[in-house]
Amino acid sequence: MGIYSKPVVFAVIATLVILVGTVVTVFVPMFMPSTQPVSAYVKPYTAIEQEGRDIYIREGCHNCHTQTVRPLRTEVLRYGEYSKAEEFAWDRPFLWGSRRTGPDLNRVGGKYPDSWHYKHMHSPQSMFALSNMPPYGWLAANRLDTSESFRKTQILGYGYSEDEVQQQIAEYRTKVTSPDYDSKATRDEVTPEKLRGELTEMDAIIAYMQKLGRDVKTMESQQ
Amino acid sequence: MSETGYDYRVVRGFAFSALFWLVIGLVVGLWIAFEMFNPALNLTPWLSFGRLRVVHTNGLGVGFGLSGIFATAYYMLQRLTRTPLPFPGLARAHLWVFNAAIAAAAVSLMAGMSTTREYAELEWPLDVGVVIMWVMFAINVFAILIRRQEKQMYISLWYLVSMTVTIAVLYIVNNLAIPLNLFKSYSIYAGANDANVEWWYGHNIVGFIFTVPVLAMFYYFLPKATGLPIYSHRLSIVSFWALIFAYLWTGAHHLMLTPLPEWIQTVAIAFSIFLIAPSWGSVVNGYYTLQGNWDQMRTNYLTKFFILGITFYGLQTLQGPLQGLRTLNAFFHYTDWVVGHVHMGTMGWVTMIISASFYYMIPRITGRELFSIKLANIHFWLILVGQFAWTVTMWIGGIQQGAMWKATNPDGSLTYSFLDGLTSLYPYYQMRFVAGIVYFIGILIFAWNIIQTVRQEPSTAAEA
Repeated sequence: MGIYSKPVVFAVIATLVILVGTVVTVFVPMFMPSTQPVSAYVKPYTAIEQEGRDIYIREGCHNCHTQTVRPLRTEVLRYGEYSKAEEFAWDRPFLWGSRRTGPDLNRVGGKYPDSWHYKHMHSPQSMFALSNMPPYGWLAANRLDTSESFRKTQILGYGYSEDEVQQQIAEYRTKVTSPDYDSKATRDEVTPEKLRGELTEMDAIIAYMQKLGRDVKTMESQQ
Repeated sequence: MSETGYDYRVVRGFAFSALFWLVIGLVVGLWIAFEMFNPALNLTPWLSFGRLRVVHTNGLGVGFGLSGIFATAYYMLQRLTRTPLPFPGLARAHLWVFNAAIAAAAVSLMAGMSTTREYAELEWPLDVGVVIMWVMFAINVFAILIRRQEKQMYISLWYLVSMTVTIAVLYIVNNLAIPLNLFKSYSIYAGANDANVEWWYGHNIVGFIFTVPVLAMFYYFLPKATGLPIYSHRLSIVSFWALIFAYLWTGAHHLMLTPLPEWIQTVAIAFSIFLIAPSWGSVVNGYYTLQGNWDQMRTNYLTKFFILGITFYGLQTLQGPLQGLRTLNAFFHYTDWVVGHVHMGTMGWVTMIISASFYYMIPRITGRELFSIKLANIHFWLILVGQFAWTVTMWIGGIQQGAMWKATNPDGSLTYSFLDGLTSLYPYYQMRFVAGIVYFIGILIFAWNIIQTVRQEPSTAAEA
């Protein structure tokens, strides 16, 4: 019973014991490309989509929504094609979630028009009277802060130049503020008048929603 | 403080911190439980479910759980080594840093500063604070063990040492991130790797906060409270090493049927099943300790807490591995079943053992008798009934939701919309809220009983 009277030796042995499973199931897979494969079809988020993703994180949307469709018949029926590892190569952090109080969102991109999302974010209960989702109308009252957008894409290794990031922001603003925008009426309805000509947090989170699963849909349509 | 030179001020400080965060965490829990069936309580962004849920999990898991662990650890370390705390000033600083960190954590989470990693949501400056806090604790742990007067380290000390080293490894590896600014950072891992690291952490933080140190309390306070020695020393040795070895392989059972490589999932299933053996090693050891003395369930109010606590631990460690099996997981994962599972462990096992440990320890460190055994018994029955009603409600709700997600019509189409499944749970959510109130009343009685104990005049009858 030697080690039970030698605390330092005991601590070292205990550390080695817990490291065995850690090394095999966590550290070794980090260096195996099969754990996180990449695909040319899966593109990084644009600066606006990334801002939307950060708002999704800030509001803790992952506490109720998952982002992994499992390879089960009814799940594929309900949400679409099951999730592939390649899709998440740019996700830092991953947002797979652990509880579905709300539906899975991994295939929500392109499922509804932007106007649906503006209305739903503004008041989920106006579309589904019994929904328990908190209303997020106040996101449209917050001007989107893009001052750190470029640094974010740098840290995340998206490979955009500063000009490209500025261009992405300008293009998206032009899109949602244009008189021809297909969801203009709903956007104007939920956005305070003084912010209608600018980008809001609501615009960004909807851009992110519309990105989810889009690359996989593109990949499938080309194969 | 006492004639033996033991320092109990820090024990008392952490015990009251535990009670404080327990009450706060439960109020937040009730708040979000109400939001689940009525979104009206999402009054402001910082009271919305998405932000508040993590205040609940951190407030109770870390605020209550860890301070209960520190309180009992500082007590057990001194008693089991027969050595006064080497650095009492450092321990008091630890108490203040800990509480400041939890308060800052609650505020920052309500402000939306979150890394999203379950049970590791705090942003990087607070992570640095947590690491400093942990080192402050570890210095006293190792210093007291090196200076100890008692040659052999008792079982509880093994568990405390393994917690001290493992939490350090888990916390640092999982929280590695690149800061954007003071309030935001990005994980260094991506996608499936990030998920694998996080659930290796997420599962083991539960193991090394809600299991390992609580077993340390169980192995120390059960013999103390009952006057009966632990049934088998050999069984406790085998259980200890098998438990800490197997735990670290099982994180991926939280990622069943996700894009994580299948072999990692399968290894996790195998080790999860194996983990039943060491878990039940402790359960059996607890039950057999009572051999021939089961009348204590009637005559000794503390025995009930320990035996019911270890029973919920036993159920928990059977349910967990079964949920990890692919077919069962396909049905239960993402439903309220899992929420029920977690709360049986936290509301049943963890809280029952910490409660009983406090009831044993607080009178001894303050030289007073427990204010009321009758109130302790009421506390026991309220948290037992509250917890059981809570978890059973969630299990039934989870089965219903899982079945509705899978239901198909004869033509192969889905029978229920997602919203059908959700709204059918509202009656369960209302029942869960009521069960939560019952539990909360039990906890208020617990807190009242401890506060009144400390406020009494010192008793000559209580042993130091």
